[in-house]
Amino acid sequence: MRLRLRRKLVVFAIIVVCFLLQSTLFQTLSFASISPNLLIVVVSSFGFMRGRKEGMWIGFFSGLLLDIFFGRVLGFYALIYTCIGYVNGFFRKLFFPDDIKLPLILIAMSDLSYNILVYLFLFFLRGKFRLGYYLLHIMLPELVYTILITIVLYFIILKINQKLETIERRSASKFV
Amino acid sequence: MKRKSTKHSIPTKYSLLILTGFCILLMFVSFTLNLSGGPLNTIAGYVFVPMQKGINTIGSWFVSRADDLKSMRDVMQDNKELQEEVDRLTQQLNTIKLEQYELDNLRELMELDQKYPSYKKVAARVIGNDGGNWFNTFLIDKGSKDGIEKDMNVIAGSGLVGIVIDTGPNYAKVRAVIDDASNVSGMALSTADRCIVHGNLATMNEKQVIEFTDLKCDEKAIETGEQIVTSHISDKYLEGILIGYVSTIERDSNNLTYSGTITPAVDFQHLQEVLVILDKKTVQKD
Repeated sequence: MRLRLRRKLVVFAIIVVCFLLQSTLFQTLSFASISPNLLIVVVSSFGFMRGRKEGMWIGFFSGLLLDIFFGRVLGFYALIYTCIGYVNGFFRKLFFPDDIKLPLILIAMSDLSYNILVYLFLFFLRGKFRLGYYLLHIMLPELVYTILITIVLYFIILKINQKLETIERRSASKFV
Repeated sequence: MKRKSTKHSIPTKYSLLILTGFCILLMFVSFTLNLSGGPLNTIAGYVFVPMQKGINTIGSWFVSRADDLKSMRDVMQDNKELQEEVDRLTQQLNTIKLEQYELDNLRELMELDQKYPSYKKVAARVIGNDGGNWFNTFLIDKGSKDGIEKDMNVIAGSGLVGIVIDTGPNYAKVRAVIDDASNVSGMALSTADRCIVHGNLATMNEKQVIEFTDLKCDEKAIETGEQIVTSHISDKYLEGILIGYVSTIERDSNNLTYSGTITPAVDFQHLQEVLVILDKKTVQKD
């Protein structure tokens, strides 16, 4: 029970730190008014490291946080992030900690699909049909920037997760 | 294994369905009832706003130290030039004072009020920007505790920044005029011809301009450089706040209206402090 609580607190802290950095520091560090999407890295990597269920819940809370502060309606970002966390969970079986190719591809795909969904629902439906323009000037730059950040952030998250898992395993073997 | 997981919790598939349903319900409710967060706003406000403020304070401290060093030399040079300007302006001021005195007398005679009453304002700091790249909303560090309400106008310098769309106890959400979903009723200052000013992500990225449409005016009445201010028919924006300057204008294919682009009066890239006008435009309701 205490272990679960510890994991929850650590994950919550990661979400908070990433949300804060995304809304303050990385807005200042934006290139050509494009800033990276840290939350998608967190949601996606916990998705494929820990499975569908955790990915889903982490996605839900990260999205809800965005909704409260920056959303048009409550629940929109929460839904997108929930689905992204869930889908990433399917790749848990293919995931090996040492291999960085799969995480990079998955995070890139997650970021791209997140942006396409946002475009579809918040721009396309309002009659802004220049998909090509938005793809080239918003989605791809964000993708590249996010990938660059991922290379650093992913290893931090991976190390934290491995640390948590060793603690959990040690105390589990104690009881057996 | 399977039994163990089903005994304690519902399968992930179903909880995904439940969460999805919950999100859709939440969207529907907050969209139709126009409510936003409520208690969630309060909790989130107290947890996150102090941290955002902290990060911003540290950040701006570093930036200002760096700027200090860089600008010290410039300041010395500026000081000399400004001193000369002060002398020149003092002379001008004296003549203007005389004229002002005359004007006041005449006004009193005609019993005219000042056209634009000075609004009550409160200064606020920008503490967070929209996490994504699609919209231009930001958070300021004053909220309903400081008397800020939804639909209050936000300005910086002399130009319009946007409008408050949501408040928490200690923060408020502001939608900038350059936001893709923002529409403002504007008018040309010299002719009082009205138009609609739309925020636009694409033009803002390309040329740092926003669009206006549906401007009805006489031919060649409005040229580039014309000031566009908020119009008197808007029910949320106070009249006469500068939005920006016309940068291009062309006649629409219907030959009746004009449209074009506006360069905003406010530098949205380096927005740090804004003023919230505490007077709301009152609309008479039946």
